[in-house]
Amino acid sequence: MDNESQYSGYSYKSSHSRSSRKHRDRRDRHRSKSRDSRGDKSVTIQAPGEPLLDTESTRGDDRDDNWGETTTVVTGTSEHSVSNEDLTRASKELEDSSPLECRRFAGPILSGILGLFALLTPLAFLLLPQLLWRDSLEPCGTPCEGLYVSLAFKLLVLLISSWALFLRPPRATLPRFFVFRCLLMALVFLFVASYWLFYGVRVLEPREKDYRGIVGYAVSLVDALLFIQYLALVLLEVRHLRPAFCLKVVRTTDGASRFYNIGHLSIQRAAVWVLDQYYSDFPVYNPALLNLPKSILSKKMSGFKVYSLGEENSTNNSTGQSRAMIAAAARRRDNSHNEYYYEEAEMDRRIRKRKARLVVAVEEAFTHIKRLQEDEQATSPKHPREVMDPREAAQAIFAPMARAMQKYLRTTRQQPYHSMESIIAHLQFCITHNMTPKAFLERYLTPGPTMQYQRENGRGRQWTLVSEEPVTSALRQGLVFSLRRLDFALVVTVTALPFLNLGEEFIDPKSHKFVMRLQSETSV
Amino acid sequence: MSFIPGQPVTAVVQRIEILKLREGDNLILGFSIGGGIDQDPAQNPFSEDKTDKGIYVTRVSKGGPADVAGLMMGDKIMQVNGWDMTMVTHDQARKRLTKKSEDVVRLLVTRKSLQDAVRQSMMPR
Repeated sequence: MDNESQYSGYSYKSSHSRSSRKHRDRRDRHRSKSRDSRGDKSVTIQAPGEPLLDTESTRGDDRDDNWGETTTVVTGTSEHSVSNEDLTRASKELEDSSPLECRRFAGPILSGILGLFALLTPLAFLLLPQLLWRDSLEPCGTPCEGLYVSLAFKLLVLLISSWALFLRPPRATLPRFFVFRCLLMALVFLFVASYWLFYGVRVLEPREKDYRGIVGYAVSLVDALLFIQYLALVLLEVRHLRPAFCLKVVRTTDGASRFYNIGHLSIQRAAVWVLDQYYSDFPVYNPALLNLPKSILSKKMSGFKVYSLGEENSTNNSTGQSRAMIAAAARRRDNSHNEYYYEEAEMDRRIRKRKARLVVAVEEAFTHIKRLQEDEQATSPKHPREVMDPREAAQAIFAPMARAMQKYLRTTRQQPYHSMESIIAHLQFCITHNMTPKAFLERYLTPGPTMQYQRENGRGRQWTLVSEEPVTSALRQGLVFSLRRLDFALVVTVTALPFLNLGEEFIDPKSHKFVMRLQSETSV
Repeated sequence: MSFIPGQPVTAVVQRIEILKLREGDNLILGFSIGGGIDQDPAQNPFSEDKTDKGIYVTRVSKGGPADVAGLMMGDKIMQVNGWDMTMVTHDQARKRLTKKSEDVVRLLVTRKSLQDAVRQSMMPR
């Protein structure tokens, strides 16, 4: 259903090395310039292949909800025509075409190539003199061998740590380029370029004979690369680990809110981080649960009708009429809060009743099957029993609970999220893992986080970062930005964590003494 | 009957003169006191302000000298023979009341009904 976002900006970790960044970011810069307008500061976090109406806003109409009861489903089209829904669905699928898929991976591949280039540079420094003017090189004994060994190990360490830190699939595309990464990229590129420059001028041209010097030169390049990697580690991974700000994230449609602690990050990286937490912390957004029941709202809307009794002066009448209506509306007692209260109570009661029926039905259904122990006889002449695999067992016990389940899901407006197939699959899962009915029902009784309703898909999710400040600026106190989706948004407010003044007080364990409270009464 | 620290305490008081009754070797007054600055003021059932650490009359024995003199349960004793009773410990209060050399104790007591009565009479009609 929901697609994974791509966070290529975050994917510094995805590249082999740092020198590739500058190239990729140059490309990104061009692209972002063409995409965003200058005046409007809303920047898109792009994800490829996003359906226009995504599955977080539910479209329950085209699903078959009536699997619990035996009713006929009316489709409104014949077999030979294509319904409107099919058309829209097809057009959406056409729009989810793949050019952006390549874009997601082009960056890492390019950076991988360039990283490999940076890693192979020292080896090239060593090999070129050997290949080109081997005969005139001074022989170099033990010190060179020591340098060879150290070079080899440093390259190995560089390789392993790059793999561990940076080789990760990209998880997001950021709107603007990532400042620290660009800095590091520029640094690495400068280093390698200047080393090549000096190498070309000082070694290749005059055909330098001092081989030990050349080896030392290569080792110094590898040292510099290691230090740049250390810098990268600190800037990209470590600096934002210590919490410095508290973010309050509020969903605009239903007010679900959370507080998170975060370190020093730029706005776009913080946005990515918040979205990671959103998918696993926030209960799923259910648009069907938002509105007041129509019965309450409609009563508010009905007002008084004012009839004019045939007077001549129309202008006077209209103002008089409107004033009279306003006055009447103000005077009329507004009882809608009363109705809301009773409606809520009624709704709660209904949900609890259906939940009770569901729980009982599921418990009963689970008693119909039991796991076959290995040493038990499956069949005996008196009581023949059918041996089933989990899927068949799930289908067998699904029938008695189907109706209660469907009624419950209808009442809590969750039916778009759970199709019959998904329920049977979940039932099969629970049976296989020896779960109790309560564990089976956990998924349906409380609305879980959005991650629970995701379907695996290669395509990303579209979020728009709306902010008044440039999105590469760092977080600071009082900043507000929002992450918008098609039908709801998350508003994020940043506050700094308070400075803590920790004092010390020593309590002597012997100082804990107590007396009884006095209340004496003396007669005189 | 509450006080503000640093300000003089004002109260409407009644003078009560109790003649001690001699019973054997003891001189008894016929009432019990509770309270004091070393006691817990929250337990006092008679005080309006539960931080008041004054001396209160907790029980008056019927027919005794205090009852005859007009002392009532719940009265706060402000002075005994000129000695202040608003800031004394329980034991000091007991000693002031039971001095063997005195036969008569003159108390200044206050109670809520007194305050109310005075306030009522002072209200402009």
